[in-house]
Amino acid sequence: MNAVKFLIAAYIATWVIHGFYLTTLVRRFSKARRELRELGKEK
Amino acid sequence: MKRLFPILCVLTAAFLAYATYRNLAVAPTDALQGDVYRIIYYHVPSAWTAFLLFFINFIASIQYLVIGKPSARSVMKWIVIAVGVLGVIATYLPPIKAQIPAGMEPSAVATTVLMIPAFYFVIGWLFPGQKLDVLAVTAAEVGVVFCTIVLVTGPIWARPVWGIWWATGDIRLTSTLVLWLIYVSYLVLRKFSNSAQTQMLAAALAVFGALDVPLVYLSIWFFRTQHPQPVIGGGGSMDPHMLQTLLLSWMAFLCFAFLVCWSRFHLELLQREVEQAHAMESLAGASASPSMPLSRSTR
Amino acid sequence: MTSLWSVTLATLVKDIRLEWRSKDALNSMLFFSLLVVVIFVFSFDPLAEESRHIVGGLVWVAFLFAAVVALNQTWARELRNQVLDAYRVSPSPANALFLAKVLGNFIFVSVLEALMAPLFVIFYNLHVLGPAWQLIPIGLLGTWALVVNGTFFAAMSVRTRSREIMLPLLLFPISIPAVLGMVAGTTAILTGENSARFYIVLLLTYDVVFTTACLALFETVLHAE
Repeated sequence: MNAVKFLIAAYIATWVIHGFYLTTLVRRFSKARRELRELGKEK
Repeated sequence: MKRLFPILCVLTAAFLAYATYRNLAVAPTDALQGDVYRIIYYHVPSAWTAFLLFFINFIASIQYLVIGKPSARSVMKWIVIAVGVLGVIATYLPPIKAQIPAGMEPSAVATTVLMIPAFYFVIGWLFPGQKLDVLAVTAAEVGVVFCTIVLVTGPIWARPVWGIWWATGDIRLTSTLVLWLIYVSYLVLRKFSNSAQTQMLAAALAVFGALDVPLVYLSIWFFRTQHPQPVIGGGGSMDPHMLQTLLLSWMAFLCFAFLVCWSRFHLELLQREVEQAHAMESLAGASASPSMPLSRSTR
Repeated sequence: MTSLWSVTLATLVKDIRLEWRSKDALNSMLFFSLLVVVIFVFSFDPLAEESRHIVGGLVWVAFLFAAVVALNQTWARELRNQVLDAYRVSPSPANALFLAKVLGNFIFVSVLEALMAPLFVIFYNLHVLGPAWQLIPIGLLGTWALVVNGTFFAAMSVRTRSREIMLPLLLFPISIPAVLGMVAGTTAILTGENSARFYIVLLLTYDVVFTTACLALFETVLHAE
């Protein structure tokens, strides 16, 4: 039973890491789109 | 193509959910390790995906290095073809055939060797010019994510099964750690260097990294024979049901990795557009008409 | 070929002369090396029975730190007066410049090692149980491994932000098999427990592979712009 704790921890850790990375992707996307829009407006 | 993206996301999520269900509920329990062994259904596919991505980065980097030099390019082409042909022949030669671990067919090894020229030419064809560099950074970054998961789930698995978090002499763990370190340093170099030369320097570093990995393997292998290590992660064949589940899990993660790479690739293209726009603005001033030479790929 | 060696030699002599005239760098490096040894002596008890097993590791880590500090300055002088740009447009082969830098660094780091090693022997009361002469190829090959890649990565880092941290960041991961070879080989010789021959071959292979790679790619790095 104790060992199953590790199994759950591993699976959760995997998705936490993937989730973290995807969040950074989303953030970088919005930042880039925002900058492009602002630069487009200035011209 | 962009419209397909949300549908593919939903499909991949479903696939992953199904694979996870199979990992946890359908696959048989291991006689020795109990249920904890199911970690491998996440650990091993992540490793294979990470190595595949690093391999793609390596191929893209080599091609990028010779991009401006036609003579070097043709030399590289012939080297790659030679590697493929000689590799396939070599797998069938008796002394090398004997080295292949039991359970593996020489044809499987030969096919894997053929992947090298195959990847080289397909990548060169699909990603011309600067796109090679975009592919390189994409593959490196997503590869590091998957490699991180390997290094996190590995010790989590090792602790209940072998009683230790880390075994210094373990060849696979340590090689993976070094690979992770090399690619993290690759990403740091890309971040800290200014854009004019970054790409070439990073490509050179990727080549160095690729040369290093076999040496790492060799050094740890010998170190291990001198210093008895705990016997970890045996070879031996796998129960066919388990193998099936493993491969299915890998397919699901490959689809996931593909979508993540696709997003990262387009993010990089977008960021380069932004950079171009900044550069145009500072060069031309207010009166310039915006012209974007770098168009987004229509895929 | 003559052109390559004559340019290399000329650059090397120039570097050594410059270094000798202003002994600042040399002196501070020497003192730094001494400090590193002393810190290690205080951190790792020299009286312990097993000290012979860990000294190999301590010595090479100390050398590694000293080498990084030395390597960081490799290209600094060239940057200051746009000498690097002058090299770029000159017809002399890029590899001549690289070889000169590597040889210069090799000499410099070897001098530091020659000064640090006796200190370790004294503080840790070392006497070698295995074939002592084997320490020479290990020392030479190991130093070359650190210096050849270090010079290359120093050239890569020269135009990046945080240049000083970039060098060890790039160098350490790639150097891991060489460091393993150096440390395990030195320990094998000091303890006499096993043969260092494989590690010497490993270091030789490492040196050949990476010297070739550096020579092949240096021009790209120099002209990357």
